[in-house]
Amino acid sequence: MKVSPAPFLFRGGIHPPDSKTATAALPLKDLPLPARLEVSTSQHLGAPAAPCVAVGDRVTAGQLIAKASGFISANVHAPAAGTIAAIREAPTPTGRTATAIIIETDADAPAGEPPYKPIPDWREQEPRSLLDRVAEAGIVGMGGAGFPTHVKLSPPGDKPIDTVILNGAECEPFLNSDNRLLIERAAQVLEGCQIIRHILGAATLCVAIEDNKREAAAALFAAMKATPGDNQIHILKTRYPQGSEKQQIYSVTGRTVPMGGLPMDVGCVVENVATAYAVWDAVVNGRPLTARAITVTGDAVNTPTNWFAPVGTSFADLVAASGGARDNLAKLIAGGPMMGFALPSLEVAMSKTSSGLLLFPRECVRPYRSMACINCGRCVEACPLGLMPNELSQAAEADDIDEAENRHVMDCFECGACAYVCPARRPLVQHMRRAKAVITQRRRAAAQQKKT
Amino acid sequence: MNTEQQNTAAGPELVVGVSPHIHSGASVERIMLDVVIALLPAVAAALYFFGLNAARLIVTCVATCLATEWICRRLMGRNNTLGDFSALVTGLLLALNLPPGLPTWMAIAGGVFAIAVAKQVFGGLGYNPFNPALAARAFLLISFTGPMTTWSASCIDATSTATPLGMVKEAFKAGAPAPFAMDGGLTLDFLLGNMNGCIGETSAIALLIGALYLLYRRVITWHIPVAFIGTVAIYAAILHAVNPAASMPVHFHLLTGGLMLGACFMATDMVTTPTTARGRLIFGVGCGLLTMVLRTVKTGAYPEGVSFAILIMNAFTPLINRATRHRIFGAAEAAKREARK
Repeated sequence: MKVSPAPFLFRGGIHPPDSKTATAALPLKDLPLPARLEVSTSQHLGAPAAPCVAVGDRVTAGQLIAKASGFISANVHAPAAGTIAAIREAPTPTGRTATAIIIETDADAPAGEPPYKPIPDWREQEPRSLLDRVAEAGIVGMGGAGFPTHVKLSPPGDKPIDTVILNGAECEPFLNSDNRLLIERAAQVLEGCQIIRHILGAATLCVAIEDNKREAAAALFAAMKATPGDNQIHILKTRYPQGSEKQQIYSVTGRTVPMGGLPMDVGCVVENVATAYAVWDAVVNGRPLTARAITVTGDAVNTPTNWFAPVGTSFADLVAASGGARDNLAKLIAGGPMMGFALPSLEVAMSKTSSGLLLFPRECVRPYRSMACINCGRCVEACPLGLMPNELSQAAEADDIDEAENRHVMDCFECGACAYVCPARRPLVQHMRRAKAVITQRRRAAAQQKKT
Repeated sequence: MNTEQQNTAAGPELVVGVSPHIHSGASVERIMLDVVIALLPAVAAALYFFGLNAARLIVTCVATCLATEWICRRLMGRNNTLGDFSALVTGLLLALNLPPGLPTWMAIAGGVFAIAVAKQVFGGLGYNPFNPALAARAFLLISFTGPMTTWSASCIDATSTATPLGMVKEAFKAGAPAPFAMDGGLTLDFLLGNMNGCIGETSAIALLIGALYLLYRRVITWHIPVAFIGTVAIYAAILHAVNPAASMPVHFHLLTGGLMLGACFMATDMVTTPTTARGRLIFGVGCGLLTMVLRTVKTGAYPEGVSFAILIMNAFTPLINRATRHRIFGAAEAAKREARK
């Protein structure tokens, strides 16, 4: 085992105040089972899962209720026993709508057997069977994007993976869900990583963690002593966005993922802390992914709490369990403050990718006026990709989408560092998104035309 | 149930918007205010060395710029932008770039030109290609060459009514030796600002204090001032090494004319200068070279070089920006991969 500062550092980035102290020391609490769960069939990137239960059906905890439809999709399971009350369209935390399965839960139902056979001897198993388990259990990247994990763990034969990176950066301010999981369940998370390493046949496991998470680093260090193989802990400098996949691969290994490429192009797979924990739970305990850690915090919630809550819990229930919202609540954000989504209402259910729920008071949501770009270059300095957000934004504003495309707007992953530093308060991320949406639409239309 | 209760039952009104949901707190107003604060030592030096004339010019230019900004925005039917303090900065900078004896009405003409022609015609703050204060100075210099190059003997240096740069240029043009030696006493005078010149450019020490404040506040980066001043120093050092009889030592060039004011405050105006570190270095070197060429070419009539050097480089800013874009993360690797295919 080797512990060292990460040898490299990506360019750009910002240092927002981390605002984590309110919940950093709070242990994860199991949320009392809500009376109703609204489980979306679209908690991942790719095709929504197809419901395989009907209204009125009784379901047991962990029962498959929606099947992956296609390769890039993920199974969805009942987080608790109960009755299917409805199957209808519902809003998702990412601002879309998708079919959701509503379960009236039965708190008195016996716990029952796990739905899948536990594989405590996974070291003796074929990687293939473990990969199947990951797919069965409906595991997706829980850091935000929700990319189905079994797809990530099935690289084509010509892309051998030598390094698995556990992404423990949690660089978004306010969030502590990954941090707490590491502090309290480091051994399980690490075992999940080893399962992933076994599946991929990778030699090296690198745990990447920011230098502001000493307690988690200590827990990892203790747990890692018992872990066989080539294991490294890399202490990252605290800088947003260290948790971004490509930036983290660079910080840890010095390898640069080619523009438009994937981590596997440089022999890496990056997995989030919560995902690794879900892999452990699915393989060792036979339990599908139906619950996760989520930080509920912000100055407009009475009792900030780190919950371990079933997927499908409505944010209203989560806030009520956290002592309720204060009167000055003005903004509700699913996820972190840099890349999360502002929600119009509490009547949205958490998903597999919900790492945080932030309640911002009115003082933090002051109106502002955006001005013309004054060319200060701070966004250019902040962009971790080396893009020129000032030029891209001006091109988008002038509807010069071609120029934005030529200047690689499609590479922007909307980390928001540019908008965070902009003194003119220009809506840079909004401009990028608009340009990207137009380009995506154009490309789709062009592909369609080719077909016909 | 009345409607008010229904509203409460529906929960609070939530604000939605695009991420990010937090902000650094940086603002254009704060940046402009920092520039004003950074100029205060230079303003104090101007008042000390040039007295009432300095006060008259500063008040005139600031008032003219603010009034012109307000009127222009009104005429254009745009929002009032006095609150961003950029017109205040332009007014201050313009005043500091004027000779002490300039008639008030000419200062007013300069202020109107700076805001109306050099800034608002292009659309206001952010759109102007040239530094408004420098554009106005150039306009005044060409329109009122006499008054703009008259250095009153009321200044401490009562023996001459030219600036040090002017005296040197005249002397070298005539084939005469340097008109004065840069000894310790004179150097100290120049450092403090005890010489003829525009009211805000003479005190190198006051300007440097302001520049340090801007660096500390991260309003400016070191690239332009260091590249600009460094280039002037190297150029002057080479000239002096080659021909000590017909050139002045390095510290003369650093302490005279508008170099410190230009390098620290005018060439660092973000709107009209490049955005990348490399671009800023190129910009600074360009300013330094042009300044020294204008100052030392004997056929030139004009002894100062800084304002025109910056204005010329302002014109190159879009080109420099284009040439110095950052390397995009993974672009080289993607190109390599393409080549292998």
